[in-house]
Amino acid sequence: MSKPLTLVTEGDRHVVVTRHFAAPPELVWRAHTEAAIVQRWVLGPDGWTMPVCVCEARPGGKIHYEWSNGKGGGFSLTGEFVSLTPFSRIEHVERMHLPATTPDNHIVTTFAPDGAGTLMTMRMELPNTESRTAMLASGMDKGMEASYARLETMIQAGSVR
Amino acid sequence: MTPNLDTTFAALADPTRRALLARLAREEATVMELAQPFSMSQPAISRHLKVLEEAGLILRRVDGTRRPCRLAPDGVAAVDQWLDMLRTALARNYDRLDQVLAEMASPPKNPKRKAP
Repeated sequence: MSKPLTLVTEGDRHVVVTRHFAAPPELVWRAHTEAAIVQRWVLGPDGWTMPVCVCEARPGGKIHYEWSNGKGGGFSLTGEFVSLTPFSRIEHVERMHLPATTPDNHIVTTFAPDGAGTLMTMRMELPNTESRTAMLASGMDKGMEASYARLETMIQAGSVR
Repeated sequence: MTPNLDTTFAALADPTRRALLARLAREEATVMELAQPFSMSQPAISRHLKVLEEAGLILRRVDGTRRPCRLAPDGVAAVDQWLDMLRTALARNYDRLDQVLAEMASPPKNPKRKAP
């Protein structure tokens, strides 16, 4: 069964997501910073894959994800790591290409010991309240989360008849 | 008639229309009031409003010569539903991550692939 995920807005420009994982922070950290692992789960709905996954987990390192549904559908995300504190904190900037480029989403993700597991808190900051509203309305929560944008792409594709 | 979700999402897929909705979320406004901050012509704004109206996201009322727009409760409910879908997609990723983490913690002892 799914563990509870919280997704709330905070102030004018922030969105905060939290989730508990039954694994120590070190493993959850690795799952967010090692390309071969990221590629296995940042996929959104079933049926999508990530053929391109660049994840250079160091300050200034590049992020480049490309998703495909195997039927000609696809979109991508690019970004840069700002700073990393092993096993506890990742700060990065990312944007989606749908192909229109979304506003930069500045994200701080923290991993805190929580019992035998980890509490992840992802705090996203958008340039202004309009872009946050747009992100939420269009599913760019991704700016942060690939799956959000993926859904929008599918919907856009489905709506262009 | 309830507009279908395709129409609603197609209406939401445009950044100007999302910005118009964000503006209308604060208060009712006329075309003229909406056109100002967007530095767009009133006819251009009117076209976007027509799309939003047909998608069931906004309502217009007659007030003398004014035709102010406001958010439609049903349209907002559709957006809420959409947010739920997003939350679901995110939850799917993290459920997948749970599985990946479990495998990282204890690698399978009997891999299906046999050694050559």
